[in-house]
Amino acid sequence: MIERAELPAMPHGPHADAERHHHHTHAARSRHPGSHHLLTVEDLTVSFSMYDESRPYFRAERVMREQLHHLSLSVHEGEVVAVVGASGSGKTLLADAILGLYEPNARVSGRIWFDGEAMDASSLARLRGHGISLVPQSVKHLDPLMRIGRQVVGACAKSERARREQRMRELFSAYGLAPEVERMYPHELSGGMARRVLLMCALMDEPRLIVADEPTPGLDLELAVHALGDLRSFADRGGGVVLITHDIDLALSVADRVAVFRDGTIVEETASSSFDDPDLLGHPFSRALWRAMPQHGFAVPRDRGSAKDFDSGREGTR
Amino acid sequence: MSLEARNISFSYPCGRSLYCDWSLSVEPAERVALCAPSGAGKTTLCRILAGYLAPQAGEVLVDGEPVASRRIRGPRPVQLIWQHPEQAFDPRMRMGRSLAEGACARSVDDAVQAARDEGLMDAFGIRDEWLSRLPHELSGGELMRFCIARALLAHPRYLICDEMSAMLDAVTQAEVWRALLALAEEREMGIVMVSHVPALLDRIATRRVSVGLDVDAPDVRSSHAV
Repeated sequence: MIERAELPAMPHGPHADAERHHHHTHAARSRHPGSHHLLTVEDLTVSFSMYDESRPYFRAERVMREQLHHLSLSVHEGEVVAVVGASGSGKTLLADAILGLYEPNARVSGRIWFDGEAMDASSLARLRGHGISLVPQSVKHLDPLMRIGRQVVGACAKSERARREQRMRELFSAYGLAPEVERMYPHELSGGMARRVLLMCALMDEPRLIVADEPTPGLDLELAVHALGDLRSFADRGGGVVLITHDIDLALSVADRVAVFRDGTIVEETASSSFDDPDLLGHPFSRALWRAMPQHGFAVPRDRGSAKDFDSGREGTR
Repeated sequence: MSLEARNISFSYPCGRSLYCDWSLSVEPAERVALCAPSGAGKTTLCRILAGYLAPQAGEVLVDGEPVASRRIRGPRPVQLIWQHPEQAFDPRMRMGRSLAEGACARSVDDAVQAARDEGLMDAFGIRDEWLSRLPHELSGGELMRFCIARALLAHPRYLICDEMSAMLDAVTQAEVWRALLALAEEREMGIVMVSHVPALLDRIATRRVSVGLDVDAPDVRSSHAV
């Protein structure tokens, strides 16, 4: 339920490319065709109604648990934005919110614009698969009882079928999957193959924005670079990519901009090049992330308490 | 005293053979990395080493005993941390009970207390409120911490980590690995790890072995253009 509360008529006034606006700074190639972003998320808050776990079972009351707090994110056309951050901080909820996938007990508020148009829950749901596609995080998203070929082609009119099968074969060969894979079931795939299949399902419909939720774990380095390279070339052809990942190394190799996600919100949205030097990073958590990378010392923030609560003093809600 | 794979061979029905006469020996203080491209059978090998799958030829021995031997009482001495934590928990069991499975034959409270006494809850940052949740109410990274704690509660002599930190962010990855390495040293536990991140292997592994037949063998996914 995105509330359409008094939207300003022209939410994305023209701004100079170098200027800081909508809480972010730009990479060298961030542009604003039509003077708007491909996707803008502002003030997104997601909370869940749950039973209070600390109370006895039958006397527990419903409480609202806020998991995303006032989150803002922008994606420009032709750009890969990596959302990098701690596990359990709610990155997947962001993906769900952009796709209009809401749990029955979720309450979502905030403003989302796609290609300059203000969105609500139903228009986001209509765009799902027809403009915005998801590469899900888990191999569980494949139907265990359906052959891979049928899942990738998906449900379609008979007249469409041959064309879609053709497209699937092109994608298969581009990704180094043998034609036999079409006849396989999900349990016969290795972890890396399953992830490639998920990516292909998203690429089938030629979307404008891809939300990729952890597309790389389980792929070896060469394949991960290849999978991300494909997201990169999708962006270079004018699409937008939200790459949700914890693998900061790979993210930096492919993304134009990096949004550092922590405890349910984005603390810093900056150009990837800022990660060349920790002094360019504005937020203490971004710097901790940099220092914890295996090639930069593998350092654990000295006081673990403060690792969890760098800035806000807000207790993590998950 | 070692985890030994002796001349093992394995192939899936109607698949090509993954390994033929393959051997490995892991000493208690070692951290061995298995290296191979995606789809070459690393995860299958992890399952064989942990006794979930039997090799078609050869054997896996833990300190001289077959790994799946019925003579071993209690939890197996080789524990596997699965690649996909979301598939490693009973979806209808609350996390506290799943954790208690690691310390078998104890009540949930006892198991949680044991985990606390051994410092596992702290070391892996498991919060008390997670114990009453179901697996789908936790994120992949949070489930992974439970996987590790559950495996360590069983006091394994060898731990097999299949892409253990692939779901974690850099800070948590550093935290979890440091905690695990400290415990491994204290308990003289051998580690077999699979990871695709070269920088992480450089930091952790003491030895690398490559898995499977020669890399050029034609496989199901054939070669891809990069």
